[in-house]
Amino acid sequence: MNIIVCIKQVPDTAEIKINPETNTLMREGVPSIINPFDLHALEAAVRIKEDLGARVTALTMGPPQAESSLREAISMGADDAVLLSDRAFAGSDTWATSYALAGAIRKLGADIVFCGKQAIDGDTAQVGPETAEFLDIPHVSYVRNIEWIRDNTIRVQRLMDEGYDVVESPLPVLLTVVKELNQPRMPSLKGKMAAKKAQIRMMGKADIEADEDSLGLKGSPTKVKSIFAPETKAGRMMIEGGPEEQVDILIKELRKIKCL
Amino acid sequence: MSIIVRQDKCTGCETCVDSCPFDAIEMRDGRAFINEYCNACTTCLPVCPEGAIIETEPAASDSARKFADYKDVLVFAEQREGRVAPVSLELLGAGRRLADELGSQLLAVLLGADESEAGELVKWGADRVYLCSDPVFGKFNDDTYAGALLRIIEEQKPSIVLAGATPVGRSFIPRVAARLRTGLTADCTSLEIDGETGNLVQIRPAFGGNIMASILCPDYRPQMATVRPRVMKRGQYDAGRTGEIIHTDFKDLNSRTKVVETVKEVSEVSVNLHEADIIVSGGRGAGGEKGFKILRELAEALGGAVGASRAAVDEGWIPYSHQVGQTGKTVNPKIYFACGISGAVQHLVGMQSSDIIIAVNKNPDAPIFNVATYGIVGDMFEIVPMLTAKIKELKGQQ
Repeated sequence: MNIIVCIKQVPDTAEIKINPETNTLMREGVPSIINPFDLHALEAAVRIKEDLGARVTALTMGPPQAESSLREAISMGADDAVLLSDRAFAGSDTWATSYALAGAIRKLGADIVFCGKQAIDGDTAQVGPETAEFLDIPHVSYVRNIEWIRDNTIRVQRLMDEGYDVVESPLPVLLTVVKELNQPRMPSLKGKMAAKKAQIRMMGKADIEADEDSLGLKGSPTKVKSIFAPETKAGRMMIEGGPEEQVDILIKELRKIKCL
Repeated sequence: MSIIVRQDKCTGCETCVDSCPFDAIEMRDGRAFINEYCNACTTCLPVCPEGAIIETEPAASDSARKFADYKDVLVFAEQREGRVAPVSLELLGAGRRLADELGSQLLAVLLGADESEAGELVKWGADRVYLCSDPVFGKFNDDTYAGALLRIIEEQKPSIVLAGATPVGRSFIPRVAARLRTGLTADCTSLEIDGETGNLVQIRPAFGGNIMASILCPDYRPQMATVRPRVMKRGQYDAGRTGEIIHTDFKDLNSRTKVVETVKEVSEVSVNLHEADIIVSGGRGAGGEKGFKILRELAEALGGAVGASRAAVDEGWIPYSHQVGQTGKTVNPKIYFACGISGAVQHLVGMQSSDIIIAVNKNPDAPIFNVATYGIVGDMFEIVPMLTAKIKELKGQQ
């Protein structure tokens, strides 16, 4: 069985701050990490490999420096790693990203494709299902448990608003996973050695037989028009004084508007 | 449209480099250079003190002509056990406003419910409802939902398609967008029509919810967007309103996936947060479980629920079910206490529609004060217990 895990290198968004004067992002020194949801996707794949036998390939699309996240994936149990990187991919929105990823997955071949439910920088949760559509395979989102795999069928639990659905799908299938699925392991010493030595396979636009007009910024239907900080609320009241005074004023205000 | 640096004007001061959210400005030979990562978002234009960064070929506004066939606004109306879900009514409110502005019709698609529910959609603002009562839609499978919606979109050619950012919408709507070769914007917090071009301006949090972005889909139709529950306001309910209900059938739709069982498991916390009149939330400033203990005491004194920011949940101080924000729950209580929460956009979009926001934070520059009704610069470990004691005292007197 071949399993592909799609991972994304993202800035640790909890560390990003906004410059209050210019309303712009301060990205200097923000560390890059593997998208946390993708670690659960990788763990799921490695556990299937341990239980049933499989070859696990970590795939990422990004700039050359995303290679470090692939080495990390190998240290956590992936067998192979593929870096899909090309200047032509720059500026891709979810549509163009999924188009390119699907091209690579088609070339590599997979029985199961795992993705995290969403990336913490974009938070769209769209790339998984869009990639499945381009591959013309079924997908199940928000997988919180894998019950069994047999006879070319997989049974999983899909998290819903008010509980969960038990869903069966034929293989090949794409699954997007939530954190409840498992606890990702720490890299092993053996894994770290393997990561150091591993050959990272490179793929570019020529390798995925892509339609040039469907790549990157040019191939992306959505365009970012502007970026801005949210507006300040009118009629705000700052309560001054010592703590006791502040509490008293707040209570008085809340009683005035009949909230207490 | 592209952004370029006028080399004759650039002084190499590097001010623009940090302003770029896409890392698309680099220094080459002592001058700023825009590389291929540029998204043409224009953030850098006002930043340059020399006015050396300019926009070339401004966007052509011919999309109105190009897409003359695409007119209406279509809402995917989700149901739960045959009843229209609340998010659908919120989408009809937003959709009605957009359709009126465009002078077009508001269409709704309802799968797996009956005619009386379709009638409700009309009363909430739909002009035409495409109804399919086939029991196959009683269970959610991506293939059948995507297949049905695709056919109606291809037939009706709406200009705008809206769906709820629920587990159902977020799962199958991307498949529809992929197939239609069009843009999809997730979790929009505001939707407006650009008066000049007629394009849909979609606003959503970006970069991990640290800032807002306005997003367009100028060259493809339909323009598709998802909206989270409790973000948009419902429209007017008119019991006498009439519209057309069109029965549709999709006999030949097959699903590769199969739902074999549906298990209900409602978290008590979710219910409490959505129904509470008062929510007391803590963030990184709560410092740990101890901080949440004093917040819980305030919530109990007020008869409210306890919420948290992503930072506090990530630290493991409180379970995810309490998380308020873009990747948690959207709430709109009467009173929202934000204690030790800095106020990242990611959190603000989940609570800023609360009637009254009370912010307690040590840092007077914390962005949470920008959305607060009442702001207290101070230590929550001092303020909150005192407030709890005084409220208990007051309630004791009543």
